[in-house]
Amino acid sequence: MPIYQTAAYVFGSSEQAAELFALRSYGHIYSRISNPTVAAFEERMASLEGGLGAVAFSSGLAAQLCVILCLAEAGDHLVCSQNIYGGTVTQLTVTMRRMGIETTFLPVDDFEGLRAAIRPNTRLLFAETVGNPSGTVADLRRLADIAHDAGIPLVVDNTFATPYLCRPIEHGADLVLHSATKFLNGHGTTIGGVLVESGTFPWANGRFPLLSQPSPGYHQKVFTETFGEYAFLMRARVEVLRDVGAQMSPMDAWLLLQGLETLGLRMEAHLRNTRAIVEFLRTREEVAWVKEPQLGSIFTFGLRGGREAGRRFIDALQLWSHLANVGDAKSLVIAPASTTHSQLSDEEMLAAGVAPEAVRLSVGLEDAEDLIWDLDNALVAAAHGGVSV
Amino acid sequence: MILSTPSQRRALLERSKTVAVVGASNNPMRPSYTVFSYLRTATTFDVTPINPTIAEIDGIAAYPSLTAYAAERGAPDIVDVFRKASEVLAVVDEAIAIGAKAIWFQYGVVNDHAIAKADAAGLDVVVDRCMKVEYARFHGGLATAGLNSGIITSRRP
Repeated sequence: MPIYQTAAYVFGSSEQAAELFALRSYGHIYSRISNPTVAAFEERMASLEGGLGAVAFSSGLAAQLCVILCLAEAGDHLVCSQNIYGGTVTQLTVTMRRMGIETTFLPVDDFEGLRAAIRPNTRLLFAETVGNPSGTVADLRRLADIAHDAGIPLVVDNTFATPYLCRPIEHGADLVLHSATKFLNGHGTTIGGVLVESGTFPWANGRFPLLSQPSPGYHQKVFTETFGEYAFLMRARVEVLRDVGAQMSPMDAWLLLQGLETLGLRMEAHLRNTRAIVEFLRTREEVAWVKEPQLGSIFTFGLRGGREAGRRFIDALQLWSHLANVGDAKSLVIAPASTTHSQLSDEEMLAAGVAPEAVRLSVGLEDAEDLIWDLDNALVAAAHGGVSV
Repeated sequence: MILSTPSQRRALLERSKTVAVVGASNNPMRPSYTVFSYLRTATTFDVTPINPTIAEIDGIAAYPSLTAYAAERGAPDIVDVFRKASEVLAVVDEAIAIGAKAIWFQYGVVNDHAIAKADAAGLDVVVDRCMKVEYARFHGGLATAGLNSGIITSRRP
């Protein structure tokens, strides 16, 4: 797939230009809205997730924002799992709240609570397949039933599982989100996000006027009437992406396309190494607990020496990279409480399942023996209050 | 026969040349105009509006009925239907009478009685699909918008 490094596209004729701008024909106009390299990534993601189509974004957070902007406006309400990434919590509790969109957070397995939290103005139910960093695995079918009973879509962040391990649409999800930065890219080179839609949600059910009423943003077009099953995807692209400007760059899409080609191979290797490392940690007396979702290669553990021992452990590691990312070919380590989830209050952190002493590992593709050698040294160093090696 | 698979719909599009769009509107905001205009400008179909309330769309003369169309042009390969589901039985009767080869019910135009009647009369029938979307699926259009064409090939259309 070539990198179409271009801002715009030559029209064949004035008539074709007008047809494109009126959304009556297919083709590229301007790379803020679509680009051939980005479109190739989008279609492959839609295919991998079993969806109707996809829209790529500059980041996972941008994809999430655009889903919200596609369905909700000031005065609306969202219901969200509390076992999620800290950045999502702040996007919802700070930025979205400032824009007049309120969110209720509940444990992802509090099914009655989630059902009861849905109000007439609730526009979506949000959860992560595997919670970051708690490792809580969502019961997608039950969440989908709760959402659908109330006439709202289930939105699932599938970043940690990837479509290789789980395809949420097959379990009832209507929208699937990814931080493409993680396993899809696989090499920690690119920030990106993508949304995939199932094409089966009834957007004309009366609850989504942004899709089923004439749109002032596009010549009073009624998206559900004009585009049928494509209503959500078309509005996400031609109105929300157009207005927000958070498109994926062609270069980034190309890097992600390289990553997708080895996704299956990498996931198998991630899982193999994860098994070996979990087994190793469970044999060690310095380790107080291991919380492992058995779905993917990201998990947390705690040391008997608590938060301070965790800090010493991370500082003593040589091979593992101490950085704020997951899903890389390289093995990664971080303490969520003081980094990725540090904007959360103590209460929110507890609710998200982030123990203060938790150390999060993202197991990479190196030789398990080397990874274990490094962990072994660091555990000893942490227990003895100094750096060994 | 009811064409329920992508390859059946692709074959229908490939063997067809003339399309009569029943209920085509000259209002650019209507889905029927969108599809008519797409078929006229972006494909090689010979496409004609069937609508007694208008004279033409973008220079293409409209016929008041399928019967009037067939009297001058012969039977169309595809009758593409943009009418309320409750009103399409009459369209099916007319399509059968003029010997149309296929009838295509657009999004939301689902009338089980009409579908069964067209099927029994030997027409190829497509239900609750958009002719524009299906054409674009097989000619690279959907893929430009990140939509899943369902076609996995190393050769881009």
